[in-house]
Amino acid sequence: MATKASRSAARFMMAPAVVLLLGWMLVPLIMTLWFSFTKYLPLRGDSIDRGLDWVGFANYSRFLSSSSFWPSVQTTLVMVGGVLLITLVLGILLAILLDQPMWGQGVVRILVIAPFFVMPTVSALVWKNMLMDPVNGIFAHLWRFFGAEPVAWLQDASLSSIIMIVSWQWLPFATLILLTAIQSLDSEQLEAAEMDGAPVLKRFWFIVLPHLARAITIVVLIQTIFLLSIFAEIFVTTGGAFGTRTLTYLIFQRVIDSQNIGLGSAGGVYAIILANIVAIFLMRIVGKNLDA
Amino acid sequence: MGQIQLKQVTKSFGDVQVIPPLDLIIQDGEFTVFVGPSGCGKSTLLRLIAGLEDITTGHIEIDGQDATDVVPAKRGLAMVFQSYALYPHMSVRKNIAFPLRMAKLNQVEITKRVERAASVLNLTDYLDRRPGQLSGGQRQRVAIGRAIVRDPAAFLFDEPLSNLDAALRVGMRLEISELHKRLETTMVYVTHDQVEAMTMADKIVVLQAGVIEQVGTPLELYHTPRNTFVAGFIGSPKMNLMTGGEAAKHNAHTIGVRPEHIDVVESGGQWQGTVGVAEHLGSDTFFHIHNTGLAETLTVRAIGDVNLKHGDTIHLAPRVDEIHRFDADGLRIA
Repeated sequence: MATKASRSAARFMMAPAVVLLLGWMLVPLIMTLWFSFTKYLPLRGDSIDRGLDWVGFANYSRFLSSSSFWPSVQTTLVMVGGVLLITLVLGILLAILLDQPMWGQGVVRILVIAPFFVMPTVSALVWKNMLMDPVNGIFAHLWRFFGAEPVAWLQDASLSSIIMIVSWQWLPFATLILLTAIQSLDSEQLEAAEMDGAPVLKRFWFIVLPHLARAITIVVLIQTIFLLSIFAEIFVTTGGAFGTRTLTYLIFQRVIDSQNIGLGSAGGVYAIILANIVAIFLMRIVGKNLDA
Repeated sequence: MGQIQLKQVTKSFGDVQVIPPLDLIIQDGEFTVFVGPSGCGKSTLLRLIAGLEDITTGHIEIDGQDATDVVPAKRGLAMVFQSYALYPHMSVRKNIAFPLRMAKLNQVEITKRVERAASVLNLTDYLDRRPGQLSGGQRQRVAIGRAIVRDPAAFLFDEPLSNLDAALRVGMRLEISELHKRLETTMVYVTHDQVEAMTMADKIVVLQAGVIEQVGTPLELYHTPRNTFVAGFIGSPKMNLMTGGEAAKHNAHTIGVRPEHIDVVESGGQWQGTVGVAEHLGSDTFFHIHNTGLAETLTVRAIGDVNLKHGDTIHLAPRVDEIHRFDADGLRIA
């Protein structure tokens, strides 16, 4: 399949998709870069038609020196780290559980995938109004049933609540990838370890976990890329209040709430750099995985 | 020490009984081979001894101690798996050391034992490699190394050579036999290849559908097969089994003659037929003969290069005292 003719035919047929994709990505990217170096405040009368003032790196330094910047980076890291930790630990446990032969395995597996199909906005609303509402939420009823004072989740434990919601959405993804990895483990290796005198926990630690290492890296990297851009869950629940303002949300506020497009664009460029660092690692590891 | 005794052992998977009540003694230091066609329960039997499967009823004794409910790790047995089951993320050294680490030996003792095992198996140069960087034969040796460091009471081998190519298989067969001579430890070896069984075993256990058909030394099985199944299974090429008129002449329901016990003669001879396929190996020639009126095909071995080809008529003289006789139930008539 690798003759000269077939290769040029392949290039020819791929061209429309590549051109479309490039246009789709390059135009916004270049505009963001351009805006980030200009003073662009639409409410003060700035517009592209009249020409924007070039301000150099002023937006970049202002974005960095803002008192909200470092807290937002910290919030982002806590959120991404928290979600990763929860989805990995629960994902491994669930994957082991689903790997056991049991009645109704097929149905259970489909049920496990279900949260992944719910739109982020919808699931955040469901959690906010059905589960976490301090008056009528299920958790509130549960707390009262045991005689405890209901927790105002999204005010008093706002970041943890959002981590919980996002983890619930991403757990199926982690579980599925880890489940396929566990299923590919040679059962004779576990039996050999059993003969070698390794009890259950040591078999998990010395055989299963190293076998899952690659799947875990993939889950971490793919999730990190998507979690860095979490937005809907924050917008719907806290609106960035109570210490839930991530970097993504900060950029949104700079552009929409403050109507400072130049400043927001500079933040966007920082986010692009951050995401690309992660993406490079991801490509290398996934690429290595595909070669092997 | 490593005497293994099975007493009335049965195994069922659900409603299916794969091993009906079975008794067997494996003596200390013996090289015992379980042989039989695929699906005969030989691997299951090995896994029952190892403790990887629970027996349904009966008892297993190791060195006179009841081991029926003892966990695999505490039975003092080491197993070599068909897929080798090496730990891919560990170096050869760590693979071999794994059972010792689990037994919480100190580091000095572990290093000493690993290096001794490695030198016995010619693995010293490969200790820091990963299993993925080794050839099939080397992986096999690592698997054996992981078994011998523990000084087990007995070794269990589950078709260990079936993933190797023919030349390597012959080499590893010799290595395992030599290892047995040197260690003098009990070995239980499962294979479907009767050549492996004949060449390696002190004692062969022939199994069919979970039932022991015969237990004996390789030559006992060759010379006095207890029934038609063992007669047909042991020996290569297979024994010729015939029923009908020819058998009746010998007062039997079935008679069997091995290909090497039929002589090719110029003329005369008791039987004759036409040559179908002639396999010339140089040292021997195997003829597959049709139209004998005895059986569909008759296999005959002639020593050296005999110049007969497809379609030729061949005259045969069976050695009368080498004819095995069986009754209607397939059992040997003495």
